[in-house]
Amino acid sequence: MKRVRRDLIPLSLRPTTGVFPVGARAGERAASRPPFIAIGLLSACVLAYEVLLTRLFGIVLWHHFAYMIISAAMLGYGASGTLLTLLKEKIAPHFGAAYVMVAAALAFLMPTAFFLAQQIPFNPLELLWDKAQPAKLLAVYLLMMLPFFCGGLGIGLMFAHFGKQAPRIYACDILGAGVGSLGVIGVLFLMPPSQVLTALTVLALLASAIAVIELKIQTKWLMEFLVVMAALVAVAMPAVQVHPSAYKDLSQALNIAGARVVEERSSPLGQIAVVENTRVPLRDAPGMSLNATSEPPPQLGVFVDGNGPSALTQFNGDLAPLDYLDQLTSALPYHVLESQENRRPRVLVLGAGAGSDVLQALYHGSAVVDAVELDSNVTDLVRQRFRDYAGNLYARPDVHAYAAEARGFVNSSRERYDLIQVALLDSFGTASAGLYGLSENYLYTVEALQTYLSRLTPGGMLAVTRWLTLPPRDALKLFVTAATVLERSGVKNPAARLAMIRGWKTVTLLVKDSDFTAREIAAIKEFSRARSFDLAYYPGMQRDEANRYNILSQPYFYEGAVALLGPQRQEFIDQYKFYIEPATDDRPHFFRFFKWNAAAEIFALREQGGMPLLDWSYPLLVATLVQAFAASIALILAPLALSHCRRTLPSAPVALYFLAIGLAFMFMEIAFIQKFVLFLAHPLYAVAVVLCAFLMFAALGSWIGGSWLAGRWQVTKKVTVAVMAMGALALLYLAILPGLFQGLIHLSDAAKIIISVVLIAPLAMCMGVPFPTAMTRLAGTAEAAIPWAWAINGFASVVGAVLATLLAIHLGFAVVILLAVLIYVVACVALMRFA
Amino acid sequence: MAVTHRFALGALLFFGFVLPSQGAEYDVERRKMVEEVVADAAYTSSSSGSSALSSRVIAAMQKVERHRFVPSGLAVMAYHNRPLPVGYGQTISQPFIVALMTDLMRAKAGDKVLEIGTGSGYQAAVLAEIAGSVYSIEIIEPLGKQAGALLKSLGYGNVQTRVGDGYYGWPEAAPFDAIMVTAAASHVPPPLITQLKPGGRMVIPLGTQFMTQYLMLVEKKMDGSVTTRQILPVRFVPLTGGH
Repeated sequence: MKRVRRDLIPLSLRPTTGVFPVGARAGERAASRPPFIAIGLLSACVLAYEVLLTRLFGIVLWHHFAYMIISAAMLGYGASGTLLTLLKEKIAPHFGAAYVMVAAALAFLMPTAFFLAQQIPFNPLELLWDKAQPAKLLAVYLLMMLPFFCGGLGIGLMFAHFGKQAPRIYACDILGAGVGSLGVIGVLFLMPPSQVLTALTVLALLASAIAVIELKIQTKWLMEFLVVMAALVAVAMPAVQVHPSAYKDLSQALNIAGARVVEERSSPLGQIAVVENTRVPLRDAPGMSLNATSEPPPQLGVFVDGNGPSALTQFNGDLAPLDYLDQLTSALPYHVLESQENRRPRVLVLGAGAGSDVLQALYHGSAVVDAVELDSNVTDLVRQRFRDYAGNLYARPDVHAYAAEARGFVNSSRERYDLIQVALLDSFGTASAGLYGLSENYLYTVEALQTYLSRLTPGGMLAVTRWLTLPPRDALKLFVTAATVLERSGVKNPAARLAMIRGWKTVTLLVKDSDFTAREIAAIKEFSRARSFDLAYYPGMQRDEANRYNILSQPYFYEGAVALLGPQRQEFIDQYKFYIEPATDDRPHFFRFFKWNAAAEIFALREQGGMPLLDWSYPLLVATLVQAFAASIALILAPLALSHCRRTLPSAPVALYFLAIGLAFMFMEIAFIQKFVLFLAHPLYAVAVVLCAFLMFAALGSWIGGSWLAGRWQVTKKVTVAVMAMGALALLYLAILPGLFQGLIHLSDAAKIIISVVLIAPLAMCMGVPFPTAMTRLAGTAEAAIPWAWAINGFASVVGAVLATLLAIHLGFAVVILLAVLIYVVACVALMRFA
Repeated sequence: MAVTHRFALGALLFFGFVLPSQGAEYDVERRKMVEEVVADAAYTSSSSGSSALSSRVIAAMQKVERHRFVPSGLAVMAYHNRPLPVGYGQTISQPFIVALMTDLMRAKAGDKVLEIGTGSGYQAAVLAEIAGSVYSIEIIEPLGKQAGALLKSLGYGNVQTRVGDGYYGWPEAAPFDAIMVTAAASHVPPPLITQLKPGGRMVIPLGTQFMTQYLMLVEKKMDGSVTTRQILPVRFVPLTGGH
C-alpha cells in the first residue's frame, strides 16, 4: 500500500522536471527499455506476499496481524527510499545488476524471513510476563520488513533509472500489484498457504531472470542460473512449514497420545484440520451441568487455523446418546418453546460449524433446522468426507446447511424462525485470554441483533451463548446490547423480554419477540434448577434467587443486568472497569473490554492473579505502535538526518503536509479495510480487495492530477478540489454504507467485490492526488527537500497503519474517517504556505 | 526398573540439576517467593474466601524446589512469581495460583488426592507434602513420563503417576478426599464427581496457559449433591469505587 503513494513520485515528477528522488537524472542517460514484465511480476509478488502474510500469521498466531504486516510493509518501502536517496550515486552505474539482485533477494527473503520469524519464540501470551517478548516482537517485525525493503528497492531503482518512461513503469507496477493482491486469494483456493509461498519464490526468481533478458545484461549464465534456481525451488524446495503456536488449540490437541489429523482442507477462509483420537476421545460438551451423568458420544475435532475445536459428533439417527446436549445452558430456549406448546420449532443456527447446535436442535424435536456456516470446507466435511460418521446430518430433509455469511444470510432470508441460535464459535481458551480484543466481529453488534430479531416469529426468540468470564464481561455487554436493540425497536419495556442464565462455564441470553409469560419464566426456573445453573436475570427476578449454585462473592450478573436495565445504565457502564458499551457496526470490537483508566490497577495486580483481566491484545497493539515509531525513525528519518541531507531540512509547512497526508491516507485505508470486513465477510477478502482498489484508483487519480490536469490547474487548486471531493465522498459513505451493506450483503462474493471496488474507486482517485502533486511542486521549488518529504511521508505511513487500528477501536471507524478528512484539510492549509 | 532409571536419567538431563552451591542460592529465592505468595494471598483473601494460606501449604511451598521442575534454561526464573513454559504447550502454574489452589483443597495428612494433569509434577509435589497419597494422571505422554521419573528421583514415594486419559479418574484408588483438575476440559467429567468422597473438594482452574482466569471449587455434600464456588484469584472489584 505504501506503493500507492511512493510509486506516484515518478509519475508526478515529469521527465521535464528532470528530478528524481533517487539516481537523479540517471533515467535521462538510459536509452534501453525498462523491464516491464519483470516489474509487473515483482509488484505482483510483493503485494501477494503482503496478503499471504496476513493468512500465515492467522495460522501461526491467533489474531490476524494485518495492521502489523501493513506497517512492516510501509517500513520496508520507506527504508528502501532512504537507502536509495543516500546511495544513489553509487547504485546508479550498476542499476541493472542491482535490480536483478534485489529481485533475487526478494525471492530468497520471502520464505526465509517467514521461516526465521517462526524460529523466534514470540509468545503473545507471555508479553506481560516476560520482558524479552517485546524484543522478540520487534525482531519478527523487522524480519517481516525485509522482503518489502527489497521490493521497494527494486521498483525505486527502475523509476530512478527510466524516469522518462515512468508512466509506463507505473502502469506495469500497479497492474502487477493489483493482480498480485487479488490473485493470491484465488490461488489460496487451489493450494495451502505454505505452497503459495513457494510459488511466490519461484515467481520472484523468474522476475529476476526475465529482468536479465529485458535489461540485456551481458552475463549470460545469470539468466540460466536464475531459471534453474526457479525450477529447483518449484520441484525440490520443501514448502516452509507453518507451525501454529504451541499454545493454540490444535497444537494442544495433537500433543495428546493417540491424536492424529485425519483430514486437512485449505482455503482463504481458513486451514482446516480434523483430528481423531481413539485413545483419548474428544468429549466436547461446553459447560455441561455438574448434575449430568451422560458422556458425549465419539467426536472428531474440527480446527480452523488451529483454533477450536468444533465437534463433529458421531450420529446414527438415534437421539438418545445426544442427551448431554440437553445439559448445556444453550438448551434453555427449547424448554421455553416447549412451555409455549411449541414442540416442533423452526430453528436457525448461525455459526453451525460441524453441527453440534444442529444436533441439539434435532434432539429437542425441531421441525426444520437451517444451519449457516461461513466456510464451505466445513459444511463439505459433514456433507461428504464424514457423511456416514455424522449420520448424513447436513443432508437430512429437516436440515438445510448453507455455506454463507451469517449477517448476509439473515438479511436475505424471508424465513421466520421460532429460534435463532448464535453458536459458541470461539474456544474458551482464546476468549478467556482476550485474544480477540482487536478483531472485528459483526455477529454481536447492535445492528446484527436488530436483524436477527426481525426474523423471529411472534413469540420467537434469539439465544446467544457465551463463555463465562469473571468479573462478567461478554455477558453484560451482550445484555446491554440486547436491551439497546429492544429500545431502538420501540419496545416500551425491554426488561420483560430478556432472560439470562449462567452455568459454571457458559452464559445464555434469551431475547424474546414478546414479553416472557409466567409459564415461560417457570420453565426457565425449572430448567436452571434441574441443572444447577444460576438465574442471572428474568423479568421480576428477586435478588435472593441469584447466586445459588455456582456461587460468586457477589451476584455480579444479576446486579449488572438490573443496573443495565435501570435509569443508571450509563453510570454503571462508565464506572465498570471493563468496556461494556454495546458493539456497533462502527465499533465492532465486541471482545474489547479494555479500559485505559483501569489498566494501571490491573497491571499492578498482575502477579496477584490479575493478569487475565488485562487482555494481551492491547499491550501488543501499543507495543507494535511504539516499535513502528522507533523503527521508522531509526530506518527512515535518522539515516537522512545523519547524512548530507541534514543540511536541507524542509520547512515546517512541507514537513507538516507530508506528515499529514501520510497519516490521513493510512487512516482512511485501514478504516475502510476494517469496515469492509462486514460486507466481504472475511478480513482477508477485505484486505485484498480494499488494498487492490486503493492501489489502482489512487494511481489513476495521480495520473489525472499529474497528467490530465497538468498545466490546467494550480497545485493548490488540484489538491483542494481533490480533498473536498474526498471529504464529500467520505461523509456520503459514512451515511449510506451501513444501509448499502445491509441491502447488498446477501449478494455473491464476486458481486460484492465489484461493488466494493466501485465504491472505493472515486475516493482512492481523490486520495491519489495530494502526494504527487506536491512532489511536483517541490521539484520545481525546493528539490533538496524531496528526500525529506518522502521520508516523512514514509514515517507517517508506518505509524499511521497501527495508530489507525488503535483509534478505530476507541473511537470507531466513522471518527477515524472524519479524522482523516480533517488531517487532509490541515494538509491543504500547509500546502498553501509553501505552494 | 531399567526403564524407570532411563526416564529418571532423562529427566535429570532434561531439567538440568544444579550444583549444590546454586541450591543454596535458590533457598533464598524460594523463601522470598513464598513470602511474596503469602503476602499476595493475604491481600486477595477477601476475593478468594480464605483468610490466609494454611501453614501446611506455606511449608510445602517452602520445601518443594520449583527449579527442579522447570527446563534448565528457565531455572533462574524458577522463583519468580509467574507461570513458566515447560514444553508441549504446557506451563507450570504461577506459584501464587498453586498455593491458592492447594489451600482451597484443604487436604490433610493421610488424605488421598487425585490430580488430573500432572504437567511438570510441581503441583503433585506440593500436594505430596501435605496429603497422604497423591495419584496423578497426565495425558501428554512425554511430559507424564518426565514428571513421573522426576518425582520418583526426588523421593516422592507417596505420588503415583500414570500416563493416560484422566476422564475416568483413577477408579482403583477412588474415592478421593480431594481432586484437582488442571487439564483443560470442556466439562467436568461425571466420573470424577463420582470418585469424590462426600464432603470432598475439587478444584479446577479455568482459563488458558499463562492465564488462570478463575478457580472453581466444587464441594460435594454428604448427601452427594454438589455446589460450586467461583473464585477470582485477585482482589478486584469491577466497579469503580467498589470495595
